[in-house]
Amino acid sequence: MRFGIAVFPGTWSDGDCARAVEVLGHESVRLWHRERDLQGSDCVILPGGFAYGDHLRTGAVARFAPLMEAVQEFAAAGGLVLGICNGFQILCEAHLLPGALTRNASLEFRCETTWLRVETVDTPFTRDCERGGVLAIPVSHGEGRFVADPSTLDRLEAERRVAFRYVAPDGSAVGEASPNGSMRDIAGIVSEGRNVLGMMPHPERAAEPLLGSGDGMGIFRSVVEAVAERSTFAAVP
Amino acid sequence: MRYTAEVVISLKPVVNDPQGLTVRAGLRQLGFSEVSEVRVGKHISMEVDGDSESSVRQRVADMCEKLLRNPVIEDYRIEIRADGA
Repeated sequence: MRFGIAVFPGTWSDGDCARAVEVLGHESVRLWHRERDLQGSDCVILPGGFAYGDHLRTGAVARFAPLMEAVQEFAAAGGLVLGICNGFQILCEAHLLPGALTRNASLEFRCETTWLRVETVDTPFTRDCERGGVLAIPVSHGEGRFVADPSTLDRLEAERRVAFRYVAPDGSAVGEASPNGSMRDIAGIVSEGRNVLGMMPHPERAAEPLLGSGDGMGIFRSVVEAVAERSTFAAVP
Repeated sequence: MRYTAEVVISLKPVVNDPQGLTVRAGLRQLGFSEVSEVRVGKHISMEVDGDSESSVRQRVADMCEKLLRNPVIEDYRIEIRADGA
């Protein structure tokens, strides 16, 4: 299958994403922000970085890129979109995902391993993971504190759209060790149609044991399986 | 006619503002103990051409809705003044 990897001015994780796809034995193409052609991608990745310098707000300008129009249409048609870090911020600004990502509670840029509990395997991005399993995947961001109003948070929980939560290494509540102070320790969520995932941690940087963890590969493997099956991703009633 | 538009973007009251808390702590450390609440926002100043203050205000409001503020977490207010006035 083919992964399309978006590249905006300031994107810096496209190479790591391409490497993760290569490790899995699949093909990737770079999608330049000025283009509208997704080049037949089965899944579009919006990688980490600082698109357009992240001026004004993270992702605020990137959401208006010509490429994002194509990504919006692709997502509306059920296409798989994986937003990582800056990609998650762009997806929120583009209203493909609810909520917003704000300055870390610590005000520090955090670059460290986090532990994520898989909260649902009922998504094309986590179907190959174990529900309740803990993944060691690093974060690298200054603005990853997920916020949304209480009714939106309740809805995300009720519809089982929280994909990952920050936890302690043993899977218990993260408490003060949260890397960013996200509401309800949310690290990643899926869209209503479950075909769009945004997550702050970087699964592509946990793609091989050589990197310290291969736990991120479950996400890429899940996508490959989902595309292979051409599953339909109905929202949970 | 040319106007100056000043836009102030602030975090909604319900959104936690760690920058504001840090600034408050810094001020208190400097002896400004009378400071109770600090919120940090953004100030955007623009020169805008338009026919009237109200039409410029409307255009700037559109800019806020479309790009300048994130409705999930931010509020905004606009001040317009005619240049040279």
